[in-house]
Amino acid sequence: MRYLEFEKPLREIESKIEQLEVYASSRDIDLSHEIQPLKDRLHSMVDEIFSQLTPWQRVQLARHPDRPYTMDYIRNFVEEFVELHGDRMFRDDLAIITGMGSIAGRSVAIVGHQKGRDTDENIRRNFGMPHPEGFRKARRMMEMADRHRLPIVCFIDSPGAFPGLGAEERGQHVAIAENLEIMSKLRVPIVCVVLGEGGSGGALAIGVGNRVLMLENAYYAVCTPEACAAIILKDRTKAATVAGTMRIVPNDLLNLGVIDEVIPEPIGGAHRNPGETAQNVKAGIVRHLDHLCALGEDELIEQRYKRFRDIGVFYEAETTGPALAGI
Amino acid sequence: MAWFRKKKKFTPIGAQKTDLPEGVWAKCPSCAEYVTNDDIRRNLHRCPKCDHYSVFPIEERIQHTLDDGSFEEFDSNLASKNPLDFDGYDKKLQSAKQKTGRHEACVAGRGTIHGYPVIFAALDFSFMGGSMGSVVGEKITRCAERAVNDELPLVVISTGGGGARMHEGTLSLMQMAKTSAAIGRMKQHGVPFISVIAHPTMGGVAASFAALGDVIIAEPGALIGFAGPRVIEQTIGQQLPKGFQRAEFLLDHGMIDMIIERPQVRETLKPLIHHMWYARIAARNEQRDQTGLSIAGRTA
Ligand SMILES: [Zn+2]
Repeated sequence: MRYLEFEKPLREIESKIEQLEVYASSRDIDLSHEIQPLKDRLHSMVDEIFSQLTPWQRVQLARHPDRPYTMDYIRNFVEEFVELHGDRMFRDDLAIITGMGSIAGRSVAIVGHQKGRDTDENIRRNFGMPHPEGFRKARRMMEMADRHRLPIVCFIDSPGAFPGLGAEERGQHVAIAENLEIMSKLRVPIVCVVLGEGGSGGALAIGVGNRVLMLENAYYAVCTPEACAAIILKDRTKAATVAGTMRIVPNDLLNLGVIDEVIPEPIGGAHRNPGETAQNVKAGIVRHLDHLCALGEDELIEQRYKRFRDIGVFYEAETTGPALAGI
Repeated sequence: MAWFRKKKKFTPIGAQKTDLPEGVWAKCPSCAEYVTNDDIRRNLHRCPKCDHYSVFPIEERIQHTLDDGSFEEFDSNLASKNPLDFDGYDKKLQSAKQKTGRHEACVAGRGTIHGYPVIFAALDFSFMGGSMGSVVGEKITRCAERAVNDELPLVVISTGGGGARMHEGTLSLMQMAKTSAAIGRMKQHGVPFISVIAHPTMGGVAASFAALGDVIIAEPGALIGFAGPRVIEQTIGQQLPKGFQRAEFLLDHGMIDMIIERPQVRETLKPLIHHMWYARIAARNEQRDQTGLSIAGRTA
């Protein structure tokens, strides 16, 4: 287990518990009298640390190196998963996983960002930052799902679309825009879950769903807090401050109408209990799919269109500004 | 979202105002030659000496693109709030409003191009970099919906260097999906959308409606892309090749249909609008005539 700065108080006590447990089992002796008070203390510390997380701490949890990723959820609750590769145009982008499987007995198409667990895997998966071919791979899967009438489940967990030479050459902005358009027209139910990082256009490119759910310690933003701090405050180190201003945590986004539901994480965050987290995610997906699968194709398209159509805050001013009419 | 180096403006000599007063000499940021503001304006805000493009002020852009006196603006009263209570946003909006005299970075309306009625919108770079927040997203969406409803082609001229507006956070991001879905509806109805892209158009504007034109036209040298050049340089740790993310680069890579000099944009729109829409409308009306049905007046 790796520890974030604010989790560090837990490290000592957790390692002590572990040591005692190992010792007890190796000697076959009962140390529960010693261990239980430590566990109680651990729980109250976890409670204390995690009951009042700042937005920045949530961002850090969303990026926690031990946080479960798309493939972990697939392994946990998707049966008979078959992974499919490639965009049929350029290459197989491993920052995106696509495939088919079944969730609670219902066959679905799955599209998700995938980060790497270690450096090697991260290099292959480009830290979960897709190139255009990744978005086109996702698009291929979603169009196929539409043809075969498979509901689509999207797992969002990316710092953003990759900013690089090849990505721009191959039309990063075009690939994203086309996904936004195409997703809005699909005739099948789409449920998106923001698992960790909802980084800008790279997240949204697989995020145009009938429902958008979000784990409790995830964020969804127009750009990373670091980028926002760099641009708005001209100071990258102010990311922690700006993370609060940006309203990128689930409850804020629920109020703004950007997401539909917050999926609770076990106390201490998803990485402390991936199994329970996965079951919560599964329950959310199944419940919404049950509802959406009862709708007709036109209703699904209309509901999705309206869902995004209604997002935005503005007012109608009394004055119109200078008339540009007649020029 | 994406950010970019601000393109240098013509610097008026002895004047601090950004809009160039009459008869004042200015130094071209590209060739460093001195030219008068009148010459720049007459040349549609391109340097008469080196053809360097600067931002086309939105009033002049509309005036140049649409037939004289044909523009009828709508939704000009839509104005931004500060939904996130984002520090400094109110002030930014206030000063942008003062500077431009308008409520937001998008001007939308209806007009004609060589007599052909169209729905028309343009992004105003001088209003927070032509960035897209809730109002810009709403106006573009309404344009697309009007285009379907009124059966009129849509022309949008983007100068959206600011991308998705950070001050409205995830709401701005969502405008990308909203506008793209609205353009998608136009395509399903077969109503044409022509996207004209001027310098600079990045991030959330480039990666949504601007990239979805049935036809995409760019002005010479326009910077168009998803990530800002600085961000890419930082990521890859090297300098970008010359001409990277410029319109010519995008044309080479098949991302846009054509590069058109500013004075010819209007002329280029005419046959496109004709081929994609009015030729068909004329044929349809002729058929209706022959079958004795009355001609629909909506598109006249
Ligand atoms: Zn010049």
